[in-house]
Amino acid sequence: MTTLLWGALPYLAFALLVSGLVWRHRYDAFGWTTRSSEIHESRLLSVASPVFHYGILFVLAGHLLGLFVPASWTDATGVHERAYHLLSLIGGTIAGVLAIAGIAVLVYRRRTNAPVLLATTRNDKFMYVLLVGEIAMGLYAKLSNSSFSHGYDYRSTIAPWARSLFTLDPKTELMQSAPLTYRIHAVIGMVLIAVVPYTRLVHMFSAPVQYLFRPYIVYRSRGPLTEQPRPRGWEEFTDV
Amino acid sequence: MRVLAQVAMVMNLDKCIGCHTCSVTCKQTWTSRSGIEYAWFNNVETRPGQGYPRRWQDQDTWRGGWRLNRRGQLTLRAGSRIARLAAIFANPVLPGIKDYYEPWTYDYRTLVNAPLGDDYPVAQPHSLITGKPMKIEWSANWDDDLGGSVEHGDADPLLARTRAQGEQAAQKVRAAFEQTFMFYLPRICEHCLNPSCVASCPSGAIYKREEDGIVLVDQDHCRGWRQCVTGCPYKKIYFNHRTGKAEKCTFCYPRIEVGLPTVCSETCVGRLRYLGVVLYDADAVTAAASVPEDRDLYAAQLGVFLDPADPGVRRAAERDGIAHDWIEAARRSPVHALISRYRVALPLHPEFRTMPMVWYIPPLSPVVEALTETGFDGEDAGNLFGAIDSLRIPVEYLAELFTAGDPAPVRAALDRLAAMRAHMRAVNLGESPPGSPSDAAAAVGMSGTEIEEMYRLLAVAKYDERYVIPTAAVGDARRLEESALPEDCSLDHDGGPGMGGAGPFGEDSGHRRLPLVALETFHALRRRQTRDEEPDR
Repeated sequence: MTTLLWGALPYLAFALLVSGLVWRHRYDAFGWTTRSSEIHESRLLSVASPVFHYGILFVLAGHLLGLFVPASWTDATGVHERAYHLLSLIGGTIAGVLAIAGIAVLVYRRRTNAPVLLATTRNDKFMYVLLVGEIAMGLYAKLSNSSFSHGYDYRSTIAPWARSLFTLDPKTELMQSAPLTYRIHAVIGMVLIAVVPYTRLVHMFSAPVQYLFRPYIVYRSRGPLTEQPRPRGWEEFTDV
Repeated sequence: MRVLAQVAMVMNLDKCIGCHTCSVTCKQTWTSRSGIEYAWFNNVETRPGQGYPRRWQDQDTWRGGWRLNRRGQLTLRAGSRIARLAAIFANPVLPGIKDYYEPWTYDYRTLVNAPLGDDYPVAQPHSLITGKPMKIEWSANWDDDLGGSVEHGDADPLLARTRAQGEQAAQKVRAAFEQTFMFYLPRICEHCLNPSCVASCPSGAIYKREEDGIVLVDQDHCRGWRQCVTGCPYKKIYFNHRTGKAEKCTFCYPRIEVGLPTVCSETCVGRLRYLGVVLYDADAVTAAASVPEDRDLYAAQLGVFLDPADPGVRRAAERDGIAHDWIEAARRSPVHALISRYRVALPLHPEFRTMPMVWYIPPLSPVVEALTETGFDGEDAGNLFGAIDSLRIPVEYLAELFTAGDPAPVRAALDRLAAMRAHMRAVNLGESPPGSPSDAAAAVGMSGTEIEEMYRLLAVAKYDERYVIPTAAVGDARRLEESALPEDCSLDHDGGPGMGGAGPFGEDSGHRRLPLVALETFHALRRRQTRDEEPDR
């Protein structure tokens, strides 16, 4: 079980993420969108959506800092465990609460606004449950294992495990000592990563950073009017 | 100088009767799908009126188009790139469905399924968004023919601006019903030279085609950020709430490519639309769009266009890879003639600084009408010129629409149209021979021949004079028309039963098939487009 959860699941999730993205890019570029419902309702969205998105971006930044910056590095800059813990506790909680509050209003909006509810697919509902569960679990894991003076030091267990995944030598035994709440959070997190390309969450991978660097006006050529090579199995269509 | 070609349109508002045929055929062709029920790539507005979406011209609210920043450079009115990316999670100025209108259908079934009763069954309107019964309160042409203008006539942002110009203009814009004025304004995407929708798109999915200047949305690259909806000051980009992608008028590019006019042009009852190629200098666009004064934008845009009769321009065009038949088409272009030669066509809202490419000939008709009613000779040049100032459609109002408020170019265009009427009457009544100069023509600085050519283009121009679209010279266009026979038998391949040509048994022998469908298929079309050599006939 330990090997399955902490040695196999991460790679499975990563494989599903990458293959899903490739598949989406190649065969479902048309479906790759934010699926915005702002046209139906904008009053609640204009507040809740930025709150949620900025909250979740801070959460993401916090996870990158916590998991992939070794404690020795932060120690070297003079930020010691206690200071780091306070930063992580307060910063993380603020970000988490922002994200939770934002998504709560967004879900409320989705439930109460008829056109928005109608535009919600089963896939969306599944994704919302997973996403809310993940954020709530993370917040709960953090708060239930921390006080101002002392908190669970995930940088000695979870973070080294996460980094060991990249060397293809997962130290699964490290995770066994982590509190149950953290472990549940990690498992849901891996499932979430795996389903990203198959849900509307895929829009996070089209963050339009290149917009800052391109010229305003885009010209494109129609290209030569030539017959495309026909994929195998496509019959020629003859006019009747 | 970098020469580019643009397929552009001119609409003669004098001829628009507001029948909405263009809107309906466009809808049938492009937007009769779910998710985009509320969208009209082509719509016809009654002016004065709020338009569609409501008050779209009010850029203080909608923040579309460009403005000049403090250094005099062009920047999007909606904000800088960084500011807009920071606000990408909720577009602060996006028209909601109610700003367009909530689309609906009727529950027709109850008409035949209703149980026997005392009341006559009624088809209730149902929202196409929620599926629930709804009350119809607004639509794309709710204020058609000034319907309800007593209630919300003041909502037209242009009227407010015209009134603000002064006492005299305000006097002319009367709200008294019997003295009111109106005309129709058909609108499609402007396919601008400096499109702000393209500039707004974070994904780079909207582009301007190099070959013909048509602005299109790449549906595979659009990610639904909705910035283009805000960016377009004409509000001619629509968000498909089903697919989550932006959609817009395509200028019927599959038809244009094979030399057919757009659906709206083809089906226009009044034959008021003209299509043709305009050559322009792409390097001059930005400078022209950044002239400091709004009122200079019309002249600046005229300066960007190139004269295809000029040998230097033709050489440059060939150097820049523009095909010979395109240059020839630009020479014969009715659009170029109406815009640059006769100067009767004007751009719609040049102050948005997008350099729009669908231009309008301002309406003159009501003035002739009104003059005749008062007992004067409505087509006498002197009377007409005098009457333009007291036009029921105030020149100031037209100027707000077409020249950023400068009445001079509108006045000049109307003068030319008035002179044309007077001159042609003299010719038709035999008062002066065709081609001879007349007072009316001289008053607007045109020769008799010139004014008669303009008359021909505006009044009697046939299909192939109104639509000069290069991929197809006239002969080609005929061949490609929907009613044409497929030019070869589908069994004509090597060794096939058709074996090409008429064969020894005559034209109709064997399996030569007549088309069963009137519209030709996409594949047949593409095959013809992409074939290397002309088939033997």
